[in-house]
Amino acid sequence: MEFNVNYLVRRLSQSLFLLAGVSVLSFVFLELAPGDFFEEMRLNPQIPAETVSSLKHAYSLDQPLPVRYWRWLESVARGEFGFSFAYGSPVAPLIRIRALNTLVLTGTCTALSWAIAVPLGVFSAHRRGSTLDRVCELGTSTILATPDLLLALGLLFLALRTGWFPMGGMSSAVREHYGHWTEAKDASWHLFLPVVALVLSSLPVILKHVRATMLDVLASPYIRAAELQGIRPARVLFRHALPACVNPLISLFSLSLASLLSASLLIEVVMSWPGLGPLLLEAILARDVYVVIGVVMLSTLALVCGCLLGDLLLYAADPRIRHEGAA
Amino acid sequence: MNVPRGIRGPLSLLVVVHISALLAGFLAPYNFVDQDRSLSLSPPSKVHLSDSQGKPHWPPFVYRLIERPGHFGEYLEDTSQRYGIGFLVRSSEYRAFGVYSSNIHLFGVSPPARLCLMGTDSYGRDVFSRLLYGGQISLFTGLLAAGLSLFLATMLGTVAGYYGHWIDATIMRIDELFLALPWLYLLLGLRAFLPLRISPGQAFLLLIIVIGIVGWARPGRLIRGIVLSAKERTYVRAARSFGASDSYVIVHHILPQTRSVILTQAALLIPQYMLAEVTLSFLGLGVGEPTASWGSMLAPLQSYHVLASCWWMFFPGLVLITIFLSYGTILRALQQGGFS
Repeated sequence: MEFNVNYLVRRLSQSLFLLAGVSVLSFVFLELAPGDFFEEMRLNPQIPAETVSSLKHAYSLDQPLPVRYWRWLESVARGEFGFSFAYGSPVAPLIRIRALNTLVLTGTCTALSWAIAVPLGVFSAHRRGSTLDRVCELGTSTILATPDLLLALGLLFLALRTGWFPMGGMSSAVREHYGHWTEAKDASWHLFLPVVALVLSSLPVILKHVRATMLDVLASPYIRAAELQGIRPARVLFRHALPACVNPLISLFSLSLASLLSASLLIEVVMSWPGLGPLLLEAILARDVYVVIGVVMLSTLALVCGCLLGDLLLYAADPRIRHEGAA
Repeated sequence: MNVPRGIRGPLSLLVVVHISALLAGFLAPYNFVDQDRSLSLSPPSKVHLSDSQGKPHWPPFVYRLIERPGHFGEYLEDTSQRYGIGFLVRSSEYRAFGVYSSNIHLFGVSPPARLCLMGTDSYGRDVFSRLLYGGQISLFTGLLAAGLSLFLATMLGTVAGYYGHWIDATIMRIDELFLALPWLYLLLGLRAFLPLRISPGQAFLLLIIVIGIVGWARPGRLIRGIVLSAKERTYVRAARSFGASDSYVIVHHILPQTRSVILTQAALLIPQYMLAEVTLSFLGLGVGEPTASWGSMLAPLQSYHVLASCWWMFFPGLVLITIFLSYGTILRALQQGGFS
């Protein structure tokens, strides 16, 4: 495949600009906000004022904004992403563990949702107006109207009533004596409920898109021609029609990829999955600002990479875009 | 405006819900702060028409609830005395619309009995009353924030599309910045950098401003697109060649064309923003106690005890889903060009 370097460079520089913008914005908001992590300490009469101010000095919170931004950039260059006051450690290792947990959850969900949504969408477009299509339609519009929050709470309610599933967390308390197999079983057991919640919340959107684009394509003359030639329906659907839908679906898929680190935030909090969501919430409540900035930056990075990957996929899949880009 | 038949139902439902929230003082039997610690987490009151001997009575009545001796959190009906439900009764004072002071409520029972149509929360506050008062926060945050967002989007989108050049480029770069950020993260991030403990009134305003500002990017982009195509229409060019000023052209020829997009975006954004408020309040970052919001009313469900045994705490969620379904129906009608 010929590759357009200019296009890639332009996209990369746009992304860099965006990341820089987000980080500057975060720091400006930080400056505007009253109070900081050590505010609580100052209210405590047992801690002398000098201790608080020396702590502030140690974390260079008393420095002006550009200095702090520069220090932060330096720590980014060192791969630390600032320092967490609450955990007393650099931000990067904290976030890394949590991000992996989030990825386990969202990765499973994205794979599952797409694996279910594409065949289901194709089929309900093919059998338009059938019982299955109507059930799908009703299901998607109901679930779309149900907020993630309530979906998660409802599932927890069911789990609590039936007692079939563990109530949150990522693993059972005692793990040392387990073998690898038991450990994997335990983990997937805990994964089940959050995955169901997340799949339910992301499936309807994908299903709707697949069905709509598929309906468009199925109405076009070449599909009629293929059908009249006596080609098997399954082959018409998956070999002739589906490739024509791939463009809008790739755009949607890149959105799925882009939200890998941000889609599950609320469900993680409600179902106490130890991912980025609870970390961010705790950091916000404690005013642990560098953790907040770190998480926001990481999810922005994921978003930017997702969009970039989507564009590259589109570039690879659609010759029209390739030639337009080369021209 | 001609409203098609299919969406009259959801539209009137929304109107009724909003009006009931505004009339919360009159419709709710109790104030949203009225506590009764002896009735913590009690189930919805049973409204009876006949007593235990099967003898019918009018008006309908309730029995007083008492705690089952030795069982914390379980309640019995004290059938020794009936408390008839009165209509237009006088009890606690409230201010309707913030000006008109009154103490007449649509219905109520005389103390010590309590009429809690949707049970009580852990402080013994009436969920039904709080649902009505909470609607004032949750419904109107959505409405006002969407208004602010669409206002910003229309201003910036029109300016960008109409004047073009570097103005367009600058506004669109900022737009991209807002679009690129994950929505909930941006909201939480912004909230993180604002003071945590503020009064409910301030929190309400702050939420509207934060949610409204975060959301302008997508509608702004759409409106810019419409303005771009609208300004090249022949009649717009004709008006300009006759010497019409920019402001005249924008107000009379360009803005009317953005109407359908603004309506569609409103039907899309209002529920989304309501949900944003509910989510923030659920996480404890929105309007704080004791003020009721549907988000903070759902928050107790995070404790497993409440989740497992108090199904009536799900009522705010039920109302939310109904409202979202109505907006969904309206949105579909708008997208199919139902309004004319």
